[in-house]
Amino acid sequence: MKKILANSYIGLLLTLLYAPILIIIIFSFTEAKVLGNWTGFSFKLYASLFHVGVHHSLSAALWNTLIIGLISAFVSMMLGTIAAIGIFNLKPRARSVIQLVNSVPILNPDIITAISLFLLFVSLGISQGYTTVILAHITFCTPYVVLSVFPRLQRMNENLYEAALDLGATPFYALRKILLPELRPGMISGFVLAFTLSIDDFVVTLFTIGNEGLETLSTYIYADARKGGLTPELRPLSAIIFLTVLVLLLIINRRAAKKEYKNEKA
Amino acid sequence: MKQSILSFAGKRRNWSIPYILFLGFFVITPLVLIVYYAFTNQTGTFTLDNFKKFWMQPEAMHTFVFSVGVALITTIACLLLGYPAAFILSRMELNRSRLLVLLFILPMWVNFLIRTLATVALFDFLKIPLGMGSLYFGMIYNFLPFMIYPIYNILIKTDRSLIEAAQDLGANPRQVFVKTILPLSAPGIASGVMMVFMPVISTFAIAELLTINNIKLFGTTLQENIYNGMWNYGAALSLIMLLLIAATTLLNGKGNAKAASEGGLI
Repeated sequence: MKKILANSYIGLLLTLLYAPILIIIIFSFTEAKVLGNWTGFSFKLYASLFHVGVHHSLSAALWNTLIIGLISAFVSMMLGTIAAIGIFNLKPRARSVIQLVNSVPILNPDIITAISLFLLFVSLGISQGYTTVILAHITFCTPYVVLSVFPRLQRMNENLYEAALDLGATPFYALRKILLPELRPGMISGFVLAFTLSIDDFVVTLFTIGNEGLETLSTYIYADARKGGLTPELRPLSAIIFLTVLVLLLIINRRAAKKEYKNEKA
Repeated sequence: MKQSILSFAGKRRNWSIPYILFLGFFVITPLVLIVYYAFTNQTGTFTLDNFKKFWMQPEAMHTFVFSVGVALITTIACLLLGYPAAFILSRMELNRSRLLVLLFILPMWVNFLIRTLATVALFDFLKIPLGMGSLYFGMIYNFLPFMIYPIYNILIKTDRSLIEAAQDLGANPRQVFVKTILPLSAPGIASGVMMVFMPVISTFAIAELLTINNIKLFGTTLQENIYNGMWNYGAALSLIMLLLIAATTLLNGKGNAKAASEGGLI
C-alpha cells in the first residue's frame, strides 16, 4: 500500500514534469502556426526543418550554438584540467583561496555573471560577437571542469608522476602518458557538462553577443517569443533534441549498470 | 634557458598560473567593475545616488521584495514536493532509482525557453488563464530537479547503519525521520535551497512569458536598466543582488560550491 502510494507520487510528479514536453512533441506533428492548435496530422514541419534554405536564420542559430558549445567546452576542458592539477599541488591556503574564487561563477546567478562580463567588455571597448560569447562561456564552464577533475586527482597515486620524471620523462611527456589517462573520466564528464551548460545558456549569451546579428538558439527563441510566436519548426527541432538526449542517456545508464553488475560479479 | 623553462613547468603548482590569471581577468575584474560602476555616475565621479535611487524609487524596490517573496514560496514548494520524491527514490533499488533520477533531470535538456513556452501552451490548452498560478507552476517546474538531485545524492550516501541503530534503540518511524534522517540530509537541503532561491529571484524572461508581461522579477529589472544604458544604476542593483548571494552563501556554510556542482546535470 505504502509502496503504491510512493510510486504513484513519483508518477504524478513525472507526469507534470513531462506534460509540457509532450505537448511540444504532439504538436510537432501538425502544421498549425500557433502552439496548441491542432490542424490534422502531418510531417510537414519535420520536412521543412530539414529543407535547407527555408529557415536560414534558424539553422544558422543552431550551428552557432553547436560551434560555440564545442569550442567553449574544449577550451574549458583543457584549461580546467591543467588548472586542477596546478591547484591540487598548491599549498593548502592558496588552494582554498583559488577554490573559493573558482566557485564564484557557480554560485552567481547567470544575470550577475552576464552583467559583470558585459561591463568588462564595454569598459575595455571590445566589440561583442563570437569571441566574447565564447570567452564568457569558458568563464562559467571551466569551474565545473575543475570540480569534476579534482576528485580524480585526489584518488590517484601521486608517486606515478614523480617516478616518470625520475625516469627521464619531460613534464609534458609525463602529463600525456601518466596524468591525462588517469584524469580522462573526469575530463570527459567536465566536457559534457560544459557543453550542456553552453548550449543551454541564454542570459550570459544575450549580454555578450552584441548587436551584429549573431544569434544562438536561445537568443533566437527569445526574439521569437517576444515577437509573439514560436517559429513552428522549433517544435520538431526540440522533439528531436529531446529524444536524442533521452536515448543517449538511457544507453549510458544501461552501460553503467552493466559495468557495475560485472564488477560485482568479479 | 630551456632547462629553466622545464623546471618551471615541472613544478605542478605552476600549472595553476594560467587559470589564476584567467580568474583574475574574467571573474574578479568584472566583479570589481560592478562595484566601481555602482558607486560612480556617468562621468566617473564617486556618488551614492544609485543606491538612493533604489530606496527612493518604489518600482525597483517593489520588484525586489516581490521577487524575494516569489523565490521563497517557490523554494518552499520545491522542498515540500522534492524531499518526499528524493526520499522515495533513495529507497528504491539502485538501478531503478538511477533511471528515475535521470528522468527527473532530463527535461532540463530541452531549452528552458521552449519549456516555458510549452507551459504557456499547456495552460492555454487547459483553458487556465495565465497569472500567478502559471508563474508558480512554471517556476516550480523549472527548478524542482535542482532540489531533488542534491537531496537524493545525500540520501543515498547516508549510512544505513545509523538509521538501523536509531530503530534498534527504540525510535518510532517519525522519530527516526526527524532525529536521524532529516539532520543527516541537511547539507543536501541547503544546497537545494541555494540552487532554487537565488536563481528564481534573478530569473529573467521566464516570468514575463508565463504571465504575458504582467509580472516581472528582479532579473528583468536588472536587464532593462543595462539595456537602456543605465549601467551605473544597473550595477548598483547587481551589487545589492551580490550582497544577498554572499549573505545566503555564508549562512549556508561551507561545501556549497561542491554541492552546487553535484546538483548539476551529470
